[in-house]
Amino acid sequence: MSFHIDATVRARNLDVSLSIGQAETVAILGPNGAGKSTLLSVAAGLLRPDAGSARLGDQLLFNMDGGSRVWTPPHLRNTALLAQEPLLFPHLSVLDNVAFGPRSAGASRTESRGIARHWLGEVDVVEFAGRKPGHLSGGQAQRVAVARALAASPELLLLDEPMSALDIHAAPHLRRLLKRVLSGRRALIITHDVLDALMLADRVIVMEKGRIVEEGPTREVFRRPRSQFAAALAGVNLMSGTVTQDGLRTLATPELPGLHVAGHLDDEAEPGRPGVAAFPPSAVSIFLDAAHGSPRNSFPVAITDLEPHGDYIRVRAGDLAADITPSASAELGLEPGSRAYFVVKATAVQVYAA
Amino acid sequence: MNFSGIPRWVYGLAVVGGLFVLLPLAAMVAKVNWAQFIPLVTSDSSLTALGLSLRTSAASTALCIVLGIPLALVLARRPFRGQRLLRAFVLLPLVLPPVVGGIALLYTFGRQGLLGKSLEIAGIQIAFSTTAVVLAQTFVALPFLVVSLEGALRTAGNRYEAVAATLGARPTTILRRVTVPMVLPGLASGAVLSFARSLGEFGATLTFAGSLQGVTRTLPLEIYLQRETDADAAVALSLVLVAVAVIVVGLSYRRPHRADIPAEAAA
Repeated sequence: MSFHIDATVRARNLDVSLSIGQAETVAILGPNGAGKSTLLSVAAGLLRPDAGSARLGDQLLFNMDGGSRVWTPPHLRNTALLAQEPLLFPHLSVLDNVAFGPRSAGASRTESRGIARHWLGEVDVVEFAGRKPGHLSGGQAQRVAVARALAASPELLLLDEPMSALDIHAAPHLRRLLKRVLSGRRALIITHDVLDALMLADRVIVMEKGRIVEEGPTREVFRRPRSQFAAALAGVNLMSGTVTQDGLRTLATPELPGLHVAGHLDDEAEPGRPGVAAFPPSAVSIFLDAAHGSPRNSFPVAITDLEPHGDYIRVRAGDLAADITPSASAELGLEPGSRAYFVVKATAVQVYAA
Repeated sequence: MNFSGIPRWVYGLAVVGGLFVLLPLAAMVAKVNWAQFIPLVTSDSSLTALGLSLRTSAASTALCIVLGIPLALVLARRPFRGQRLLRAFVLLPLVLPPVVGGIALLYTFGRQGLLGKSLEIAGIQIAFSTTAVVLAQTFVALPFLVVSLEGALRTAGNRYEAVAATLGARPTTILRRVTVPMVLPGLASGAVLSFARSLGEFGATLTFAGSLQGVTRTLPLEIYLQRETDADAAVALSLVLVAVAVIVVGLSYRRPHRADIPAEAAA
């Protein structure tokens, strides 16, 4: 009983293949436009892919390849969708919103309302059963939407950034609720938030430009990110290239020429193989002149942005970031466009296999 | 005072525009022979015409709803080849002189018409019957329902339908339990406009259905006929038609209750 999808949507440059186990929650991370929502729409049956196939347990969701094309419409798929906005039906009471799934599946009015009451209890909003959705706060409405999705007893729950439209007070409550109801359930959750991934997901998949660029157990991905996006979420600088005897040689990028990065090699990092070098922004110091003397790395950069970051100033240069004190920043006179050197000790750089 | 951003002279023209509509109505009201008003509007022929108008307009509105909802859905939802052409044709009766519509209907459903011949063989005669009145009114009123419903459907979008589908609702269930209830205000105002247009229909009715008392002579036809002989009766009946129209439109253009508007809920 697993879920597997293999889909290509040419118009949106999506080409992915992934599987989810019986009781597994997988988080999809990635920048805007990475194709995360497109993937969810394809899984839910709201968008037809150009090629590929998908299977949920013993049910074929679609098969776009070969001669025998199969397309199961969304209502026969057992994949409930929870979007950024609750999208509660405004003309139905909270109770009837939650009863919508079971009612559509053929349960009687009484039966489906009974199921609805159970799920409203599960998400702690049973007291709003008689209200119209227009009278709920954003957080309450999203909890009702969770109850509505669960009441349809989906085989696969699809969540598209369910916390993103909530204010900072409502989000933690919903996150705790999702942690409770998602355990032991198969779900695919799109999120921008490291916290969501850490709290809710067994596994994360990072997507960039319509492709899966990284996947693995949540903690592992954030401990040793291999994609720029995961590195940014984990708060580390990441440079990729080829592992050498004492570090890494990067490929030339628009911002940086091919450089040698001295660092500490991980046990599994093999010279000659693809790898990444990671180091925290706090380990970076900035100089206006090239610093010499091993074992240090000195990268020539052009500053792109400066922003406050706690007690520090985060200085960005393309994909790299350095945290320096405001006084140091003032002394250096940095501003976007300035040329400088990011200097980091070799001992602060971890090199591991990509 | 809130800033309106409207130049002052616009108010002047707006007043002229308002008067342009109100003044003729006032002039008509001034002409009403109040002493004879009740007998004039309760005469046999008047009551028959009014009853026929209300019944046929109700039937036309029902027909507009049955045919207009599918048309609006097809036009509002998925784009397809020839969609713009279809919309243009559906809206054609809005700009077509009703007489022309009547002639077109006659050559469709009349005895020698495109479908009329086959219907005649089946023993069905449509032209110059009450059915013809209903068809003529539906022909001119349908665009009003389609236009306002299509607008409502586009504004509502299909995100709610998508959610309903993933919750396991079949397409027909979605239409019944989500789509139609959500565009009910748009459907209602479209239906009211259709009803009002049906109530006032004259040219197509006269051409396609004729003017037989009790069968096809609706109130506008009765007014036109009376005008030749009895101006007082025509004015009195006109006032009745205005009153009915005002009541119908007034009933449906009340502000909807705020709580039922699918707006973003206040936090």
